[in-house]
Amino acid sequence: MENLLSIITFVPLVAATILALVQHGQSEAADRNARWFALITTIVTFLISLFLLVGFDRTNPDFQFVEEYHWILGMKYKVGVDGISVLFVVLITFLMPITVGAAWIENRRVKEYMVTFLILEGLMIGVFTALDMVLFYLFFEASLIPMFLVIGIWGGRQRIYATFKFFLYTFFGSVVMLVAMIAMFVQTGTTDITELMQYTFPTETMTVLGISIPGGMQTLLFLAFFVSFAVKVPMWPVHTWLPDAHVQAPTAGSVDLAAILLKMGGYGFLRFSLPMFPAGASIMADFIMTLSVIAIIWTSLVALMQTDMKRLIAYSSVAHMGFVTIGIFAVNQQGIDGAMFQMLSHGVVSSALFLSVGVLYERLHTREIAAYGGIMKRMPAYAMIFMFFTMANIGLPGTSGFIGEFLAITGAFQAHSTIGFFAATGVILSAAYGLWLYRRIFMGPLVKESLKGLKDLDLREKLMLIPLVVLIVALGVYPPFITDIVGPTVVRLVQNYDAAIAVFTAGQ
Amino acid sequence: MTSADFSTVLPEFLLAVYAMAALLYGVWAGKDKTAVTLLWVTVGVMLLLGLWVGAGGSGSRTAFGGLFIDDAYARFTKVLALFSAAAVMAMSADYMQRRNLLRFEFPVLVALAVVGMMMMVSAGDLMSLYLGLELMSLSLYIVAALRRDSARSSEAGLKYFVLGSLSSGLLLYGASLTYGFAGTTSFAGIITVVQDGHLPLGVLFGMVFMISGLAFKVSAVPFHMWTPDVYEGSPTPVTAFFATAPKAAAMALIGRLLFDAFGQVTGDWGQVIALIALASMFLGAIAGVVQTDIKRLMAYSSITHMGFALLGLLAGTAAGVEATLIYMTIYVATNVGVFAFILSMERDGQPVTNLTALNQYAQAQPVRAWAVLVLFFSLAGVPPMVGFFGKLTVIRAALSGGYVWVAALGILASVIAAYYYLRIVYYMYFSEEAETLDSRMPLVQFGLLMLAAVLTLAGAINLFGLEGAAASAAASLVQ
Repeated sequence: MENLLSIITFVPLVAATILALVQHGQSEAADRNARWFALITTIVTFLISLFLLVGFDRTNPDFQFVEEYHWILGMKYKVGVDGISVLFVVLITFLMPITVGAAWIENRRVKEYMVTFLILEGLMIGVFTALDMVLFYLFFEASLIPMFLVIGIWGGRQRIYATFKFFLYTFFGSVVMLVAMIAMFVQTGTTDITELMQYTFPTETMTVLGISIPGGMQTLLFLAFFVSFAVKVPMWPVHTWLPDAHVQAPTAGSVDLAAILLKMGGYGFLRFSLPMFPAGASIMADFIMTLSVIAIIWTSLVALMQTDMKRLIAYSSVAHMGFVTIGIFAVNQQGIDGAMFQMLSHGVVSSALFLSVGVLYERLHTREIAAYGGIMKRMPAYAMIFMFFTMANIGLPGTSGFIGEFLAITGAFQAHSTIGFFAATGVILSAAYGLWLYRRIFMGPLVKESLKGLKDLDLREKLMLIPLVVLIVALGVYPPFITDIVGPTVVRLVQNYDAAIAVFTAGQ
Repeated sequence: MTSADFSTVLPEFLLAVYAMAALLYGVWAGKDKTAVTLLWVTVGVMLLLGLWVGAGGSGSRTAFGGLFIDDAYARFTKVLALFSAAAVMAMSADYMQRRNLLRFEFPVLVALAVVGMMMMVSAGDLMSLYLGLELMSLSLYIVAALRRDSARSSEAGLKYFVLGSLSSGLLLYGASLTYGFAGTTSFAGIITVVQDGHLPLGVLFGMVFMISGLAFKVSAVPFHMWTPDVYEGSPTPVTAFFATAPKAAAMALIGRLLFDAFGQVTGDWGQVIALIALASMFLGAIAGVVQTDIKRLMAYSSITHMGFALLGLLAGTAAGVEATLIYMTIYVATNVGVFAFILSMERDGQPVTNLTALNQYAQAQPVRAWAVLVLFFSLAGVPPMVGFFGKLTVIRAALSGGYVWVAALGILASVIAAYYYLRIVYYMYFSEEAETLDSRMPLVQFGLLMLAAVLTLAGAINLFGLEGAAASAAASLVQ
């Protein structure tokens, strides 16, 4: 099992190639074959990835399952996982069969649709396993292409605008990071992430264009990476691509976007920003936490006023990712544990919500909240499940959402009590928009004619949603599922960070 | 002329003799009956020569008292020029034949242009530099106006000729200034004059003028004005040729001049090259956004790409030259693929170059649309396509040379340029219904398109020896 990570990464990519080359024709049967092929591939990938979870040594904070080969231009193909990344890999492989389930009802260009998702899966896994900076960048950037196509080809009416905005925003962010990466390579002569984590970049104050920059090169590098990850997370005020992309994306695309693509930003902070540029991070931490608090309150208020269900959930995503960045830049055990927990939990909860919206959209082809009302009577099972997901999104104790927010806010209080205080108001606001949305859609009298013929969840939808319910409860009741794995790596990350900061402040 | 001299220039000699023999034969056979045969024979000759130059020969030799240098750097560029010229001719055959454009002069002129390119990248002296450059340019002026009955083609040829002459004038003026102050025209002589970073004012002026003249040939800003019009007006096969071999050769020539003659004063020309590179990247990126014709779009695209290729030279090191060579090779390979596709764009048998003609191409031709998608993402520099690695190496070179701002701004330009590359994808994949293009695509064009696309993807895994070849070529230029 030495090549386990490569196998997990490349099974979907190879399967996509096979599907693209072998499958021909536009018939019903061909479409059905493509769907089943994709479903089986993703399930097999998920099963293989369970070996990763079983074989992962929870006490070891180092990288495990490491593979290393020579690559082109002096770079290496090096992959491995530690406590921070291993769960993301499993999250991806877990969600992909569900994504394929959500994509099941699409009947335009089915083969291409499935191929695109399989490619996307492989590239997303690569982002979280890459241990070479350029390899990371390659996957990080390449994952834009399938998402660009998913939104552009299978999206809604405004899809062109949304997909271009999505692509150019994130592309801009990542090329800035590329410059920083190359500068790091020129400085250190290596692109190996593990070696770069050992390296201390200079922190002497630099003067650029007459502006004196404390923390020098570390601050500049930090900012370059920050631009990229902030767009990806997304943080206020560069979040505006997200609502557009979500609203226009098909359900399956929204699931991947919310559940995984956004997490690449948070992951990037933990993999690059904190370990490699601690001085830069400590200088910028207050600023970033302030932005995050603004994001939580601002986007929650914006979410309150939305008339489109998907847009509302998209804004709620931005708010919830605000807890993640607060937790990360509190840089203490609780904060980062909380951020990790929140990312994984939000991956599950937001997918669940987008899938639920998709259920309604497929029935009535509108996402206008005003078009619904009182459908609880027609769709009782759906109403119950949606209630549950809303509660998880609000962060009700007993669901996974609670643990993440609680830990992140605890971490924030330790770092800055004011920030913690304001962040906590976000919990109340999320209850406000979540419950109000629920009331407008499900409660009240059922008067609209169009709603009277609604059918409750069918088998496919139940199969998609029930695993998510189970996971949300399991994580909410027994958080060590996550914290045991994440813990040791985070402990060491915080230790190294504190040590580096001690050196930096002593030097000033 | 000794026999050693002769054996050094044998490839150029053979191609020149072949071109003249072909010319005589064409005249003797009368009209254009033999043009098709001649074209394919020329393709074969170039491929063979390319293999021979690439496989044979090692080390550095000079001939004619230093006028001519045969080293790994020259061989690398010659192979690139020969192969790309052969590829472009092969994929043009069908297009030209069906439009009655295929005259026997076309292969002959292309062969002569290639002789010029081979000469100039081997130049060890300002005289042989000028000779090679003019041989190439004169042939190019004529092929630009190949379609005599079309006003646009004639306009393109004339415009190219007039502006090209101006640039030759600049180059000659610079050369004479350099000669006047350095007292020699040989690169080896000039470099001893500018030893230790000391550059006489006249030589500095001469150098800047010569860079200007050569910048014209690679269509770098501010000497780019001819590019969009000539690209659009010339018959598409000729455009394809312009976009590939001459660019690679002229870029190599810039490297040759800067390093062989002015290698001691990298700081002096570094600023000039940085400015040209920056302006090219931005102008190409911004002006390309509003284009509606795919040939004009490719013209602006090539301007941007030349800006990026110049970044590599900035470093003033062997690694930098290696980066430029890798970048140019990737650029040429991608462009061959893209132009193979553009040549096949027809509606009811008539060539169309409007971007909207691509509407819904992905529905009609999924395989070809995929290949074009890969190529355009590669031009945009999105990984995992190989274009990304090209950008990576040149930016690495610029940063290691200390040009942080140039690299950072270049990256910004690449985001702007990404927009118009994505627009091609938009037309092919996202647009609603429209008249589709003809499904006809000759086998050679299809083969080259697919080959370029597959190489563009496979390059992310392995560069197939390109790294090693470029490294030894760069090492032979920068000692």
